[in-house]
Amino acid sequence: MSLKLGVPSKGRLMDKTFAWFAKRGIELSRTGSDREYAGRVDGVENMSLVLLSAGEIPRELAAGRINLGVTGTDLVHEKLPLWEQQVEQIAPMGFGQADLILAVPRAWVDVDTLGDLDAAAAAFRATHGHRLRIATKYHRLVREFLTEAGVADYTLVDSQGATEGTVKNETAEAIADITSTGETLRANHLKILSDGMMLRSQATLWRSRVAPCRGADRKSLDELLDRIAL
Amino acid sequence: MADRAETLLKAASLRARFEAEGARVVEAAILQPAEALLDLYGEDIRARAYVTSDALRGEQMLRPDFTVPVVQMHVADGAEPARYTYSGEVFRRQEHDPDRPSEFIQVGYEVFDRTDPARADAEVFALIAQALDDVPITASTGDIGILMAAVQGLKTDERRKQALMRHIWRPRRFRALLERFGGQRAVSEARAEILAGTGRVETDAPLIGKRTQAEITGRIDALRADHAAPPISETELTALETLLTIRETLPFALEHLRDVAVDLPAIGPALDRLEARITALAARGVDVDHLEFEASYGRTSMEYYDGFVFGFYRQGRPDLPPLATGGRYDALTRYLGEGAEIPAVGGILRPGLILDLQESLT
Repeated sequence: MSLKLGVPSKGRLMDKTFAWFAKRGIELSRTGSDREYAGRVDGVENMSLVLLSAGEIPRELAAGRINLGVTGTDLVHEKLPLWEQQVEQIAPMGFGQADLILAVPRAWVDVDTLGDLDAAAAAFRATHGHRLRIATKYHRLVREFLTEAGVADYTLVDSQGATEGTVKNETAEAIADITSTGETLRANHLKILSDGMMLRSQATLWRSRVAPCRGADRKSLDELLDRIAL
Repeated sequence: MADRAETLLKAASLRARFEAEGARVVEAAILQPAEALLDLYGEDIRARAYVTSDALRGEQMLRPDFTVPVVQMHVADGAEPARYTYSGEVFRRQEHDPDRPSEFIQVGYEVFDRTDPARADAEVFALIAQALDDVPITASTGDIGILMAAVQGLKTDERRKQALMRHIWRPRRFRALLERFGGQRAVSEARAEILAGTGRVETDAPLIGKRTQAEITGRIDALRADHAAPPISETELTALETLLTIRETLPFALEHLRDVAVDLPAIGPALDRLEARITALAARGVDVDHLEFEASYGRTSMEYYDGFVFGFYRQGRPDLPPLATGGRYDALTRYLGEGAEIPAVGGILRPGLILDLQESLT
C-alpha cells in the first residue's frame, strides 16, 4: 500500500498542480510515454500518483480509493452530498478560480435579480406552455440554490459543454455555469444576475475521510502535511 | 428499527381499520409517469423523488406518494362520495440526512365527499388520531385556506394577488413580494431608471433565445404599472403578519383570528369553516380545547394542501419526521381533474415510525 494522490490528468490544471507541489519540495511527474497515465512522486516516501479526470476525483475520494485529491470546490459540492462528511479541505491552491453563476440574455433589461427571473419564468410558462429552461451540468447545486431563493417554474436541461451557446440555439433560456473572466458570457450576449453568484470555486487539495490511512501511509500523510504547512 | 415483516403487519392492521370504516382498497403503480408530478411540483421534486427513464415511456418516477395516482384514478372513474385506503412503499431521495430511509411504507385514507367538508376533515383527523391512540403523540393543525383567503382579499390588484398566491408555499419569496408590494423595498438604480421611464428600454444587446421582445416589454409595462399602483396598506400588512404568527390552542386561535378579520374581512368565510371544523372535531370526540393550531403550519412542506392541514408527532419531538400527516387538497383535484373540482381530504400514517416509537418505550 501507499498513500495515493489523485491529480487532474491533463492541461493547465495538471501543470499548475505539479508546480504547486514543486514549490513545496514535492516533485510530481508523469512517467512513460506522453499518452500513458502513469506518474511518480519524489520528495515524500511511499506516495503514489494517480492521474484522473478532475470530474472523477470527488467520487474516488468519497469511495476511499485515493487518500488525497486535487479538484475544484464546484465539483466536490456538486457530486458529493454532505461533502463535509466525506472529504476534508486541506488547502485551497490559489488557481483554477471559477465562479458558478446564473446568467440570462443581456437583452433581458427587465431581469436583474432572482426575483425578476422567477417572475419572468411564471410569465414565460404561461406564454410558451413549458417552463423556463436553465442549461447546466451542476444540477444539484443549481436546484438547491434556486429552491433556497424560492424560484419556481423553471426546469433544468443538461448541458455538458458549450453551455453559453444554448440560449442562442434556443435549447435553453438561461444558463448556470462556471466562469472565470466572464469573457465567454459577454461574447454570447449573456449577463450575470446581480444575486446570481452560487459558488466561488478554486482548485483545492482534499483529503478523503474514508480512505484507510495507517502505518506507513499515516507517516507519509503527516510528512506531506508538514511540507504543505511550510 | 422495525423490520419489514413487522411493518407490513402493522400496515395491514391500519388499512383494515380504514376498510372497516367503508373505505375501498386501491393500488397504485410503483412507476409513475413523471410528467404530472413535474408539472405539479416543478423541478424541486427531482431533489426528493427518484427519476428514471426508458426510451419508450420517457421519464418515470418511483412513486413519491399515493395522493396523485389516487386522485387520478378517482377522476377517471370514481363514484361520489368515495373513501379509499391503500398501503405500500413510497420512495424519497435523501441527500441531506443519511438516517432517514429512502423507502418506507405508507398507509393512507382519502375521502372524496362534497356534502360536508367540516365533517370529512374531522373524520380523517379523528380516524388517524384513533389509530395512534396507543402511542404518546401531539398533533399540530393549521389551515392554508385562511392565508389564501387573506391574500385574495387584499385591497390591491389581481396581478399582485396572483404573484403572492403562487408563492404561498415559499415563505421567503412570499415575504419579499409582500415587502415590495408594501413599498418597503428599495430598488436598484438601474431599476429605478426603468420604472421612471416610458416606452421601450434601449439596449445594445442583441435579443437571443426564445423569450421575445413583446414579453420583455410586457413585463416592463407590468413593473411600471405595479410601481404606480398604491402600496398594500400598513394595516393589511400588519394584519397578515399577525395572522402568520398565530399559534395557540384551537379555541383561542379562532378568537385571535376573528380579531385579525377586522382588518382582513375576507378571511371571514374561511374562519366560519374553521369554526365548523372545530365543532365537527368535538363531535368526533377530539379534545379541541387542547389541540394546537398554527396558522403557518404546513407552509413549507405540504404544498398541494389548500385547507385543513395536520401532523402527528412524537410527544416532545417535533423535530422528528411526523408519524402521520394529512390535509385537504381541493385545488389538486381541480388541477388533475382539469377543472372538475372534487373536494378531497386525506392523510397517511407511517407504520414503521409507529413501531419504532412503541419499541423505544419498552
